[in-house]
Amino acid sequence: MEVVQMQRAWVEYTKSLFREFSYSFFGWMKGFLDAQFQQLQLLQDESNPDFVAEVVSLFFEDSERLLSDLTFALEQQSVDFKKVDAHVHQLKGSSSSIGAQRVKNDCIAFRSFCEEQNVEGCQRCLQQVKQDYSLVKSKLEALIRLEQQIVAAGGSIPMEELSF
Amino acid sequence: MATSNDRTRTTTLVVDDDRIIKTIHSKLLSKLGIENQVAANEKKAVDLHCSGKKFDLIVMDRDMPIMNGIEATRELRALGIRSIIVGVSTRSLEQEIQEFMDAGLDDYQEKPLTSSKVISILHKINHNS
Repeated sequence: MEVVQMQRAWVEYTKSLFREFSYSFFGWMKGFLDAQFQQLQLLQDESNPDFVAEVVSLFFEDSERLLSDLTFALEQQSVDFKKVDAHVHQLKGSSSSIGAQRVKNDCIAFRSFCEEQNVEGCQRCLQQVKQDYSLVKSKLEALIRLEQQIVAAGGSIPMEELSF
Repeated sequence: MATSNDRTRTTTLVVDDDRIIKTIHSKLLSKLGIENQVAANEKKAVDLHCSGKKFDLIVMDRDMPIMNGIEATRELRALGIRSIIVGVSTRSLEQEIQEFMDAGLDDYQEKPLTSSKVISILHKINHNS
């Protein structure tokens, strides 16, 4: 692909990650990412061209550790809700830092089930958050791959073309 | 209005145990021309001050493993540290924010910081000095 085509594909792909879309009777689904991700994109510059990729990979590492801790905590005979809540609080923090708003919203619902000490509700939330996490992970990986291809071909990331 | 010179002179300490937030906040401050150092937890922040380091601005997280941001803020104030301390957290309950403010904060902001939040903090610093 030509650089110009890749840049155009990048603009379209990035916009699609922020877009809300209608989803059957659940009503409007939030986009995968919110304005916080744009903040990260704006912080990236020539002095630190891999900034977004670095932060995103920290997010992947931390989220995967927290999701496996949560899976373990919810498998116990007697669930320690304080511990579960602490893990969810951390996951909410890192997802909001990166702008992964669906994961963040799942965490908000998760915490209210935690407060009610509702094991079944917590397990449902865990499944939902795992699903939304793997979706946003694959989207972010695709976006970063595309950025790397553009840079490798000698192009730059057309940030200015992102008008929301 | 803070000029870039004011900003360069504003030395900042970022106290946070979350490495994603540390990375973002440090980069954001540098991008705005603000010299900054990072402490991985509240104990290290107190230790730095005990060894004589001084900062104009301290960005203090609330939930940290050793003594948390509330205790650390109290301890810094007890040591006579008069830096501007801005508390940050993802918590939004008024009571939780008030408890943190009462520990000796000058300001509170919800995490993550953005450039407009940092600029509003700098305005307050320049008004106070």
